[in-house]
Amino acid sequence: MKLQEIIKEENLVYKRTPLMTDNVLSYCPGCGHGTAHRIVMEVIEEMGVQDDTIGIAPVGCSVLAYDFMNIDMVQAAHGRAPAVATGIKRTWPDKFVFTYQGDGDLAAIGTAETIHACNRGENITIIFINNGIYGMTGGQMAPTTIEGMKTSTSPYGRDLQLMGNPLKITELVAQLPGTYFVARHSVHNPAAVRKTKRAVQKAFQIQKERKGLAFIEIVSNCNSGWKLPPVKANQWMVENMFPFFPPGDIKVDGELVKKE
Amino acid sequence: MGELKLMKGNEAIAEAAIREGVDAYFGYPITPQSEVLEYLMAEQPEKRTGMVVLQAESELAAINMVYGAAAVGKKVLTTSSSPGISLYQEGISYIAGAELPCVIANVVRGGPGLGTIQPSQADYFQTVKGGGHGDYKLFTLAPSSVQEMADFVSLGFEIAFKYRTPVMILSDGMIGQMMEKVELKEQKPRWTDEEIKKMHDKWATIGKTPDRERNIITSLNLDSAIQEKHNHKLQAKFRKMEAEEVRYELFNTDDAEYLMVAYGSSARIAQKSIALARAKGIKVGLLRPITLFPFPEKPLADLTPQLKGILSVELSAGQMIEDVKLAVQCKVRVEHYGRFGGMIHSPEEVLTAFEQTFIGK
Ligand SMILES: Cc1ncc(C[n+]2csc(CCOP(=O)(O)OP(=O)(O)O)c2C)c(N)n1
Ligand code: SF4
Repeated sequence: MKLQEIIKEENLVYKRTPLMTDNVLSYCPGCGHGTAHRIVMEVIEEMGVQDDTIGIAPVGCSVLAYDFMNIDMVQAAHGRAPAVATGIKRTWPDKFVFTYQGDGDLAAIGTAETIHACNRGENITIIFINNGIYGMTGGQMAPTTIEGMKTSTSPYGRDLQLMGNPLKITELVAQLPGTYFVARHSVHNPAAVRKTKRAVQKAFQIQKERKGLAFIEIVSNCNSGWKLPPVKANQWMVENMFPFFPPGDIKVDGELVKKE
Repeated sequence: MGELKLMKGNEAIAEAAIREGVDAYFGYPITPQSEVLEYLMAEQPEKRTGMVVLQAESELAAINMVYGAAAVGKKVLTTSSSPGISLYQEGISYIAGAELPCVIANVVRGGPGLGTIQPSQADYFQTVKGGGHGDYKLFTLAPSSVQEMADFVSLGFEIAFKYRTPVMILSDGMIGQMMEKVELKEQKPRWTDEEIKKMHDKWATIGKTPDRERNIITSLNLDSAIQEKHNHKLQAKFRKMEAEEVRYELFNTDDAEYLMVAYGSSARIAQKSIALARAKGIKVGLLRPITLFPFPEKPLADLTPQLKGILSVELSAGQMIEDVKLAVQCKVRVEHYGRFGGMIHSPEEVLTAFEQTFIGK
């Protein structure tokens, strides 16, 4: 069989979504941000709502998400994306509105905006990239840095006595009456990518049905900040982050998932 | 003639916003401006016009809700008072940098810190010298009556959308709390989504349709050469405001040998002081800046040749006086008088200060 005979519409198994621009990603090789961007854009394309979707980029490595996502985007001040999303969604409820935020943005400086947008049940989607570190500023400790983890501001490892505990903000927002769907996934292998995509699909569907806020955490890597090559970074993530941040659904249809 | 009502300044802003067809108000309670949010919540404008009103969890959230609603081409208003306005500063800088239209009112109270809840004009520097970071100017309107509290809502949005810039209504606890007769405008319809699309689709992030490139609202340019170009564009806008948007009022200046310069509530007090001075045969006039940025530099400079002295009357330790001095370029003596920290000078106190300073009694 010749190559030309194989390149046919019916044989297509994967194509790049036109909702990703041609710009070269500014992320480090192996970083999870690019995959997470693609998943969100694929879902929006498949739902056919790109003409009515507004994304909010945070402050963090994904501040330039608007260079890569081919939809209308607003760049928010550090931590304030849920407030910006509220301003848009409240005045234009027919639009699909999502925020895309890192852990420093969402769970440190923006904790109040996160909790109150979730608690009000704003009908938006929050995509939360938890890489346990401040990537953009060069690898400082984040609210999600786990015990013992080394960063540039916890050079001997996170000392809980000195630096306080890592924050499970996702479990926290799941407790709030305004959240309808809360889940934690990852993007480090194809199976995980598929699960994340299904969760993101569900999140936007919930927004379409005006059921409340959907919150998807993506546990991700930061090879540059962690100072590990991409494959090792993913291994480290599975072995060290997953026990503290276990993947899976946390709240479904407005009900907390019971852990047996 | 529009409907006449007896209202507080804060209520007048709220009612004027509904009638202006404002799409959204976001705010957080703080004295002496909480009546704005209270009035709006009681009035239920969502039933009258569809206007959204939301009490935010903080001023940080409120100003960023404003940023969001402004990014989608909506008319959005917020109000606060000094400590809250300090928290707005990062957001105002972003709004100016991203070139978004909105109207913000500061019903100023005495500071620094938690200060006092009484009236003050000590936020002049913060407002017109750039309270947030970066090279930007905040278009500032200073109302001196309840009528102007109402009127400047419409004027503020006109300027905000004309220049795609944040506009500040710099009021104070006296104008916000006092009751006066106010003539209210007829109800304007809110812009429809189609109208917004028609007017603002070039820049507003209202959804990328296949016929255009995506719109991006951002203040970030990592390439400094581009950031410098963007700054030049902003500066050109500010220069245009200086050339075309200066507003002020003159009282008794034709034969004046002395001048008081005062805005807002201080201008009301100074007007009375001038009447007292005129009764004594002293030829004093008043220049009341209505726009603080752009400052009425030229009218002030034009008056200078006939003057022996200028008194800048402010409810502060002397802030606007710097702009008065810049305008007259040392050609005439300029002094300051004002009570501050929440204290309000009386017309007699102003007159005494004036006489001691310039007449020598
Ligand atoms: C008000 C403010 N404070 C601090 C910063 C500096 N800053 C930029 S990005 C960042 C951390 C972002 O980390 P995170 O949200 O975890 O995202 P990541 O870069 O890891 O994707 C900080 C502190 C800023 N831009 N604004
Ligand atoms: S610094 Fe970390 S989070 Fe940022 S792009 Fe590189 S790997 Fe990704």
